[in-house]
Amino acid sequence: MDTFVQQLINGLTIGSIYALIALGYTMVYGILRLINFAHGDIYMVGAYAGFLLATLVFNSEPSIFAFVIVLLGSMAIAAAIGMAIERFAYRPVRKYSRMTTLITAIGMSLFIEYLFVFIFSGTPRSFPQLIQNDNYTIFGSATISASQMLIFAVSILLMITLQYIIFKTKIGKAMRAVSFNINSAKLMGINTDFVIAFTFAIGSALAAAGGVLTAQYNPKIEPLMGIIIGLKAFVAAVLGGIGNIPGAVLGGLLIGAAETLVVGYGNSIGIPSTYRDAVAFAILILVLLIRPAGLLGTNVQEKV
Amino acid sequence: MKNFFLAVILVFSTLFSSACVDKGANTTTTGGDTGGDIKVGVYGDLTGGTASFGQSTKNGVQLAVDEINAAGGVNGRKITLVIEDDQGQPQQATTVVQKLINQDKVVALLGEVASTNSLAAAPVAQAAKIPMITPSSTNPQVTERGDYISRVCFIDPFQGSVMAKFATNTLKAKTAAVLGDNSSDYSKGLTQFFEQEFVKLGGRVITKQTYAQKDQDFKAQLTAIRQQNPDVIYIPGYYGEVGIIARQARELGMNMPLLGGDGWDSPDLWKLGGASLKNSYISNHYSADNPAPEIQNFVKAYNAKFNVAPDSLAALAYDAAKVLADAIKRAGGTDSAKLKDAINATKDFKGVTGIITLDANRNAVKSAVVLETDPSASKFNFKETIYPEGMSAPADATSNTNTMMNSNTMSNAGMTNSNSMNSNMMNSNATNLNTNSTMNANR
Repeated sequence: MDTFVQQLINGLTIGSIYALIALGYTMVYGILRLINFAHGDIYMVGAYAGFLLATLVFNSEPSIFAFVIVLLGSMAIAAAIGMAIERFAYRPVRKYSRMTTLITAIGMSLFIEYLFVFIFSGTPRSFPQLIQNDNYTIFGSATISASQMLIFAVSILLMITLQYIIFKTKIGKAMRAVSFNINSAKLMGINTDFVIAFTFAIGSALAAAGGVLTAQYNPKIEPLMGIIIGLKAFVAAVLGGIGNIPGAVLGGLLIGAAETLVVGYGNSIGIPSTYRDAVAFAILILVLLIRPAGLLGTNVQEKV
Repeated sequence: MKNFFLAVILVFSTLFSSACVDKGANTTTTGGDTGGDIKVGVYGDLTGGTASFGQSTKNGVQLAVDEINAAGGVNGRKITLVIEDDQGQPQQATTVVQKLINQDKVVALLGEVASTNSLAAAPVAQAAKIPMITPSSTNPQVTERGDYISRVCFIDPFQGSVMAKFATNTLKAKTAAVLGDNSSDYSKGLTQFFEQEFVKLGGRVITKQTYAQKDQDFKAQLTAIRQQNPDVIYIPGYYGEVGIIARQARELGMNMPLLGGDGWDSPDLWKLGGASLKNSYISNHYSADNPAPEIQNFVKAYNAKFNVAPDSLAALAYDAAKVLADAIKRAGGTDSAKLKDAINATKDFKGVTGIITLDANRNAVKSAVVLETDPSASKFNFKETIYPEGMSAPADATSNTNTMMNSNTMSNAGMTNSNSMNSNMMNSNATNLNTNSTMNANR
C-alpha cells in the first residue's frame, strides 16, 4: 500500500507537469485549430530562461523568494518568446491552409531545439537548487519532497488562475468568443490578433512554469528535453479532449499516473519499464478509437 | 517581414559557411601514405548527452599528440587530428566515421566512448580496413566486429565482475537490485556480467529495473526497488542519468550504497547528483590519486593544458593515442594492414592506465580500480584494485589478504616489485595510500 501511494505521488507529480504543458496545446488548439508543435520546446526554453536567471541573477542560498522571482521571470520570458513565435512564424502563414501552419509549427520546433543546441551545446546543465529540498513522510514509508509539493501547489494555483482569467475577465470572454468563431468575433469588434497573441503568451508561461518546476525536481536540463514531454502533453490534451481545459488537466494526470504505474508494476506482469513512453501512445490510440473527441471533449460537426 | 527573415538566413548561412572554412583548413594536406603529416581521425560526443566523455577523449588525444609532435613526431612525421562530433548518436557516429575515412582519408580512428556508438561505427572502419582503437568502449562485442578494431581498456565481463566482487567481499552485500539503461549496450552488458558474478559469489539479484537514456523521472523504478530493500543498487549507466537517479533515490529515503561503472566518471556527475552521491562506488580504469610518476606527470600536464583534472576517459584516450603512435612507429608507416598488425601486437605498453597488452581478441587485459565517491570534494577516492583472473598481482599483494594494512616496508616492497615485475602500477597506489586494501581475483 505504501508503495502504491508512493507510485501515485510520483505519477501525479509528472502528471501535473504534463497538465501544465497540455493546457498550452489545448488553448492554442481551441482558438486557432492549430497543434503548436513548438510548445514542448517552450517548456525547454522556460527551463533555460530559469537556469540563466538563477545562475546569473541569483547566486545565493536557497530561498523561496529567489524561486518566485526565477519562476515569474522565466514565465515572462517564455510568454514573450511565445508571442514572438506567433507574431513572426504563425501569423504570416495563418491566412493559408491549416496544414501550412502545422508544418510551420514543426519547423519552428526543430528551429528552437537546434538553436539551443547551437547556443548552449547539447551538454546537460544542472539547474541550481533554489529551495531547500526536504523530504516529508506522509503515509507509511511514502515520502514527498518539497519540490514535489511545490509542483502540486504551483500547478493548482496556476490552473485556478487560468480558470479565473478565462471565465471572469474581459480578455477571457474574448478568448472564448474567438474560440467559438473567429470571424464573428472579429465582426463584433474583438481584436483577434491580440487575443491570439495573449493565448500564446499564457500557454507559453504555463509551459515555462512547468519547465522551472521540473528543473527543481530533476535538475538536469538539455535542449532536447521538451520533445518527449511535449508529445506526451499533446497526448494528454487529446486524451482529455483537445480544446477542453479541464480535459487537459485530467489527461495530464492520467498519463502521468498510468506511465508511473506501468513502470512500477509492469515488471511483475512482464511489461518492461522502458515501455513507459509506449503507454501514453497506446492510451492515445485507444481513446481515439473509442471516444475520438476525448474524455471531456464534445464532438462538433465540421461545418462545410 | 520578408527582409527580416532574409537577414536571419543570411546571418546563419555566413556563420555556417565560416565554420566550414575552418574545418576545411584542417584537411588541406593530402591523406594516405605520402610522407606528409599522419592524419588521425577522432570522433566522439562533443555536444550530446554524454558530452563530457567526448571532450575528455578529445583532450586526452590532443595532449598525447602534442607531446608526440613536440618530440619530433612519429618516424619524423607529425600527427594531425581531424576531430568530428557525433552528438552521442549511433547513426551520427556512422556518418562521421564515413566522412573521416572517405573525405579526410585518415589512416586510423580513435573513438568512441559509448559502446553503442563504437558498435555503430566499427563495421564502417572494418569494411574500409582502417584501424580503429576505441579508448574506452567496454562492451565485448565492439572488437568482435573485426580485426581492425581494438581497444586499450578492459571489457565488461571483467568490469561487471569487479563490482560484484567488491559488493560481496568488501560491502558484504547479500542482495542487490539492478537499475540499468536499456538503450545502451554498455549498460546491458554490465547488468548481465554483474548478475552472473554476483550470483556465483552467493548473492541474489532481487529485482532488475530498466530505464532509457534521456528519461527524466526514475522514481517509479526506484519505488519498486525500495519495496524489495536490497543491500546495494547497481546502476551501470551514464553520468547524466545516474546523477538524477542518485538524487531521487535519496529523496525516497533509500540510503544503501549505489554501485556503478566507468560511465559515472565525469565532472558533470557531481553537478547533477550533489550530496546524494555519498556512499557510492564505481569500477574504473585508473585513479588520478595514484602517486606513480607516470600518472602524476600526466595529471599535471593535463591540468596545465585544460585546467581540469583528467578523468579516466581522458587517460584512456591519451593511452590510445600513444599506443597508435607506437604502432605506427613499429609498422614503419601507415599501411593499413601493417598498422593493424602492429596495433594488435601491442605488448607491455606502459600507459597511464596500466600496462597495455592486447589479447587474441584485441582487448586490453588490465586491472580495475574501485573508487569511492566524495561529493564534498567532487571527486572519486581510491578504494582498492582488483585484478583479472590469470593476471598476477605483484607478489606482495598476492600473499596478502583483503585487510592488509601496509607498513612502510611493505609499500616499498610493493613499489619495487611492481616496477621490476612490470606489472600494474595500480598496486603501488594501493599500498601507498595506506588506508586501502588490495585483493586478488585469483584468491
